[in-house]
Amino acid sequence: MSLPAGIYFMSGNDAVAEGAIIAGCRFFAGYPITPSSEIAERLSRRLPEVGGIFIQGEDEIASIMAIIGASWGGLKAMTATSGPGFSLMQESIGFAAMTETPVVIVNVQRAGPSTGMPTYVGQGDVMQAKWGSHGPYEIIAISPSSVQECFDFTIRAFNLAEKYRVPVIVLMDERLSHLYEKVRVPPQDEIIIINRKKPKSKEEFLPFMPDDDLIPPMPPVGEGYFFHVTGLTHDEKGYPKMDPNVQEKLIRRLCDKIRKHADEIIDIEMHMMDDAKIAIVAFGSVVRSAMRTIKIARKNGAKVGLINLKTIWPFPEKQIYELASNGVEHFVVAEVNYGQVFLEVQRAVRGEAEVHGVFKMGGALPSPLEIWSTINKVM
Amino acid sequence: MPVKYVESHIWDKYLRTDRLPHIWCPGCGIGSVLSAFLQAVEKANIDPKKLVVVSGIGCTGRVAGYIKVDSFHTTHGRPIPFAMGLKLARPDLHVVVFSGDGDLVTIGGNHLIHAARRNVDILVICVNNFNYGMTGGQVGATTPEGAYTTTTPYGNPERPFNLPYLLAAAGAVYVARWTSLHVRRLAWSITEAFQKKGFRFIEVLSPCPTAYGRRNRMPDALEMLKFFRDNCEIRDFADPKEVDIVPGKKIILGKFVDIAEEKKTFEEKIYELINKYRKV
Repeated sequence: MSLPAGIYFMSGNDAVAEGAIIAGCRFFAGYPITPSSEIAERLSRRLPEVGGIFIQGEDEIASIMAIIGASWGGLKAMTATSGPGFSLMQESIGFAAMTETPVVIVNVQRAGPSTGMPTYVGQGDVMQAKWGSHGPYEIIAISPSSVQECFDFTIRAFNLAEKYRVPVIVLMDERLSHLYEKVRVPPQDEIIIINRKKPKSKEEFLPFMPDDDLIPPMPPVGEGYFFHVTGLTHDEKGYPKMDPNVQEKLIRRLCDKIRKHADEIIDIEMHMMDDAKIAIVAFGSVVRSAMRTIKIARKNGAKVGLINLKTIWPFPEKQIYELASNGVEHFVVAEVNYGQVFLEVQRAVRGEAEVHGVFKMGGALPSPLEIWSTINKVM
Repeated sequence: MPVKYVESHIWDKYLRTDRLPHIWCPGCGIGSVLSAFLQAVEKANIDPKKLVVVSGIGCTGRVAGYIKVDSFHTTHGRPIPFAMGLKLARPDLHVVVFSGDGDLVTIGGNHLIHAARRNVDILVICVNNFNYGMTGGQVGATTPEGAYTTTTPYGNPERPFNLPYLLAAAGAVYVARWTSLHVRRLAWSITEAFQKKGFRFIEVLSPCPTAYGRRNRMPDALEMLKFFRDNCEIRDFADPKEVDIVPGKKIILGKFVDIAEEKKTFEEKIYELINKYRKV
């Protein structure tokens, strides 16, 4: 059974696995990779207990294609990986986006590029999460910063995937995956579970005809809908059409179904932002450093606040712009890469504020004092 | 020659007729293989509602789009893992992977052997036209040694896979090879394979006059069919080791592997495990 309500002590990876089970995940395929392997290990034991399927693929491509197949087979499906495996999955992520397949991909980021530092923290896959596959498309990426959020956000990832029929990426990082913390599992009736919508009738059913929300109902396999699914540009019938007009209509809808719901999807958390002139922008493990920094700053009388990006894609550009045009003069972006969210913040402020970076190349988080020293230079 | 359209076809009931005409070149063998497949669907009494066809990318990859069942046209080389996921989720369905040699064997070779090793309960139909037809005729892992393609202008220096031998070694419970000329035997073989459980593999040699034939002294589809007629030998249960396709040697066709004892499929083992350890 899924974890009963209560207080638990567990790692980020374990919390992802248990969150997935509570969300209704009944299919997992993955390939061993540090630092995500414990998710697969826990699910290999736990999924059969709840009637779910666990398989280990021959590689990451097989794993993600198997979850896409299982999702069309009617199961909520997930994979978990890290940088090199995430790179291998990119083509299939584009396929899932194009075919509107709900899947959850957990990417426990480690220091890269290439093999990098497998057992150390990284946050270098922010842009890859959005732009990794070819062509214009949209995905959703959410980023937990505590073990509790690893649990909560995995449930949310399934809900978003099912609701919008889109691949959802949980952008975790190594530090969080191996961190042990208290997790509260709420009673079942407090947990929101969203399932994909199904067609109302077979009469005149068109598998890729969207409702007003731009999301088409997803037909079940094996029930005589006789639908066709292709990664080629397709019309509402699902038939391939090599026609720029069909491409225009389809791709705009695939992107707009996310863009137009950005306000519903985006979740950011503010700390001490009411009077802040300087805002630290952070996500994932770095939020924990930044929380300390704002305490140091406030002790020193500096009006510093923190924006925790719980949703990275779609990027909360409207929210950042509002802050920039309402008194925040400096944004200090702290991340474990050479400036990825930094570029987004720079774009979002539209010249209304100055943007600074605290970058670590991987293996360590920016420390509270490192962030504080950048703030000091800015003030 | 004036173009003549046929008003209706005996297999229309299994086809998305609103998608015709198809994209295949004149003389291509895929249509014959598709026709044999549909004949087998009928003979084996398969309910189209319970049949799923999965293809990859390439000329044969387009098959899924023409058959009126739930069908999936996936990414290049990956129809097998997709089919495995779907079959695990819905073990009650017949899942067929219908794709080409470049897709299944060259880019997707790893998935092919692993699915056979696991004994995933899927039927794989691999149309082997010895080259990458859709992209203009490049060499692949099934191109005969010495053959001319757009990327082997001096002749292919590589040795191709012996597919029946590869699949037999990987654990397939049913392995056969036919050509698009041997349509009756092919249809019979697919029918038989439909009635078996486990990983089943049928290789079908097929002419590609447009991209392969014309570079290898068989520019006319009929010439390659004549080549098949004159150079193939049917030898059921020939040792798969001996069925290499080598220029100058007879091409051996037939059913090479048909394991009589019931081997548990991957799905059966997974569901047994679930039933044993399930707590809810």
